[in-house]
Amino acid sequence: MHDLLGGDVTATIAGEARLVTFTLDGHSYGVDVKAVQEVLRGQPRTRVPLAPPSLAGLINLRGQVLTAVDLREQLGLPPRGDDAPEPMLVVVRVDREPIALLVDRIGAVVDVHADSFEPPPDTLTGPARTLINGAYKLEDGLLLALDVERAVNS
Amino acid sequence: MNETDELDDIVQEFLIESHENLDQLDRDLVALEQEPGSRDLLASIFRTIHTIKGTSGFLAFGKLESLTHVGESLLARLRDGEMQMTPATTDVLLAMVDRVRELLTTIESSGAEGEVDVENLVTRITAVLEGRQEAPAPPAAKAPPKPRRKAPAKTPAKAPAPVAEPAAEPVVAHVAEPVVEPVVEPVVEEADEPVDESVIAPDLDEPAATLRLQPVSAAPEVATVRAVEAVAEPVAGDAPAKRGVADSSIRVDVDLLDTLMRLVGELVLTRNQIVRQASESAGADLTSAAQRLNLIASELQEGVMKTRMQPIDHLWSKLPRVVRDLGATCGKQVSLNMVGRETELDRSLLESVKDPLTHLVRNSVDHGLETPEARVAAGKPATGVLTLRAYHEGGQVVVEVSDDGAGINPARMAAKAVEKGLYTQAEVDRMSANDKLQLIFAPGLSTAAAVTNVSGRGVGMDVVRTNIEAIGGAVEIESVEGRGTTCRLRIPLTLAIVPALTVECAGDRYAIPQVSLLELVALDAERAASELEDVNGAPVYRLRGTLLPLVRLADVFDVESDRSDGHVLIAVLQAEGRRFGLVIDRVLNTEEIVVKPLTSQLKGLGTFSGATILGDGRVALILDVQSLARRALSAEALEPTGATVEEESRRTSETLSLLIAGIGGGRRVAIPLSSVTRLEQIPASSVEVVGSREVVQYRGAILPLLRLNGYLGAVSEREGDDLSVVVYSASGRSVAIVVDEIVDIVDEQAEVHSDIDDHGLLGSALIRDRIVEVLDVRGAILAADPKFYDEVEPQCTTFLEAM
Repeated sequence: MHDLLGGDVTATIAGEARLVTFTLDGHSYGVDVKAVQEVLRGQPRTRVPLAPPSLAGLINLRGQVLTAVDLREQLGLPPRGDDAPEPMLVVVRVDREPIALLVDRIGAVVDVHADSFEPPPDTLTGPARTLINGAYKLEDGLLLALDVERAVNS
Repeated sequence: MNETDELDDIVQEFLIESHENLDQLDRDLVALEQEPGSRDLLASIFRTIHTIKGTSGFLAFGKLESLTHVGESLLARLRDGEMQMTPATTDVLLAMVDRVRELLTTIESSGAEGEVDVENLVTRITAVLEGRQEAPAPPAAKAPPKPRRKAPAKTPAKAPAPVAEPAAEPVVAHVAEPVVEPVVEPVVEEADEPVDESVIAPDLDEPAATLRLQPVSAAPEVATVRAVEAVAEPVAGDAPAKRGVADSSIRVDVDLLDTLMRLVGELVLTRNQIVRQASESAGADLTSAAQRLNLIASELQEGVMKTRMQPIDHLWSKLPRVVRDLGATCGKQVSLNMVGRETELDRSLLESVKDPLTHLVRNSVDHGLETPEARVAAGKPATGVLTLRAYHEGGQVVVEVSDDGAGINPARMAAKAVEKGLYTQAEVDRMSANDKLQLIFAPGLSTAAAVTNVSGRGVGMDVVRTNIEAIGGAVEIESVEGRGTTCRLRIPLTLAIVPALTVECAGDRYAIPQVSLLELVALDAERAASELEDVNGAPVYRLRGTLLPLVRLADVFDVESDRSDGHVLIAVLQAEGRRFGLVIDRVLNTEEIVVKPLTSQLKGLGTFSGATILGDGRVALILDVQSLARRALSAEALEPTGATVEEESRRTSETLSLLIAGIGGGRRVAIPLSSVTRLEQIPASSVEVVGSREVVQYRGAILPLLRLNGYLGAVSEREGDDLSVVVYSASGRSVAIVVDEIVDIVDEQAEVHSDIDDHGLLGSALIRDRIVEVLDVRGAILAADPKFYDEVEPQCTTFLEAM
């Protein structure tokens, strides 16, 4: 299944990588730290009628209007419960355009090694298949590496 | 100095622009010496000179024009590679730039070209042009080396009028300094105090130093004061205290304004938070400080926004004269129409549109419009019409220049391109007519048979496209041979401020551009219950007698309205020339909003034209009224405001709301409901006769009366003293159509057969198993009021186009 993965993945797994981690539905995910612009919390979001459910609204980032993408929707995870804490936002740059990813909770910046990387298992299907590059096997669990570009554009 | 005051705007603009251009030119020429073969540099120099030449032509600066014209010819040769740069060419070009500068300075100080001699130089340039060895230059013309060395050191804005500079009060610092210092010196020993001041002064606020000096030198130093004046005077020449044109305005980088704008946006948000918290924490000092902050921030915001926006009239106001002068030069009669003067453009856009627009106008008058004789021969009025139109459309500013001239022949365009060697015959043969038309934008192509002073060197359209595309815009050209040419500039609206109405629906806020908004109707629960009706399920409201189709925003967005008290708020909107009512939950405010482009993910939705950030920092979506209308209403359900009813009903197999009326003899006539304003019963005695026509007084106006039975050749069977009247209105004019009885209103998939070619009818339709004649409303109305559409139609057309 290696050939299904994009070239940028090879770059990631070639050596060391630094990822910004966050949790979604109890799982750990990570995106390349270079793609991340900043992390926000408690931003009021403006709902966009008629938009697909993954579009979690618009936010004002210092005068710039940003689209927020709900990663739970994108990854096919169950929606956040009503009593869940306010989601946090990871602002990433895709094609130089900033876009906000809605996550449950922000984690840390971790350094990972290519040795611990493994592509997703064949049993992983559904929308997440294309969005997850693979998993880093860390001591305290798996860290799933997310393809930011696809997560935003799919 | 008064002469300078009286220089009109055009000249002022010209001077500012030309000074800037000349600085650029200096740099380009110097650079050209380093790389003599650079086509880019030559093209840049050429355009600069071309622009100066063009404008000086309009402004009747003959010397300037003749000088730049010959210079331009030389540059054209160089650009096209027909001549090579030699020291001699560089010399004459530099001499030309110097002379142009000299002329401009003279114009600035005296308003005329004065005694500056150009003949000599024109002869020299011509000599170079004709390939003759340049005669040894007369000493007067040997000036070039000097400015050449000076030029790079100069800052762009500084160029104009070094003569007037010392007199300019606020900017004067560096000039004033040397003058001030020697004067201060003698005072030092006598009085300590003022000296301190004057020592500090230059650091703090240099211009002020001049003022503070006065008390110091009061009695004993009268002579010194006079000395100051004496020093100042000769420098300032005959225009003391008068600033140079270019000093009274500064050009600010638009990026800087962008940054300011963003910062101000941030400030406003922070202000809002502080104001909110101050009102909660009730400290009197904090509250008043917050209020001041509030005011200042608002004014700052307004100011910064204003720095960016200007009505296009700023450009247009100069054009009537340009057109008139140009028309006179070309021997053409031109009437200039301008529609949408108030359309506001971002300043940077305005700047970018300026040159292209001038080029287009020039082209239209010079090439587009024919001579009066040719026009008359072609059966057109002798006076050609040049129309400028500006409007906002789909998040863009559109500026159109159209003429009703001869149009462009695509074949000739293609032939020219081949002749100029830009394309091969084979390439051209493969092009569509439209592609051939687009060749007009190819560099180096001009269709004018002769190179005139006005245009025809093949730079115009090239420059237009370069400039417009540089700002991410597009140029379109449409032309119908014999009918005219329209050139359309589409300029992106990345930053525009539009007045908008903010409304609420299901707890979300939306902005509706005021341009689409006609009025607001608020109905309390009681009125809403009785006045909201439906036509076969389609909700309507009678707005002053006209049925207004209603669209519930909550339904469109598939959300739950949170208005439960039965009140109904209707925003009456206009889209594509038609009206409809948008039902919303609440009306919040009218405010100026900054339009932000939608992110790529949202563009596809089509319901929103952009987003904006409201006062509290939250994002609100801007409704795209046009697409909302298209989405929510079938084209026929919209109430037309123009006279397009006829076309509507002519289309077959479409759903129409029809008013069915009896006209006697068992005949039934269908009138498209959309054209009906009101149904009335009027006493027969109220009909009066004016001339040969029947009229009736109705709501303070006189309505022409049309008896439909008479018009359609039926016999009225109606008895009684009153008449059943259908009132039709468009753009403030109304006609009363008398029928026998109102039978029904149907919303039918009516198949209109246009096989009967009867007087006054469009055809027949089968409605509820009966044959009904469909009235030709337009024809009928013209029968009652032949002038009905005369004034109405042009307005409608303009309006529709403006949408």
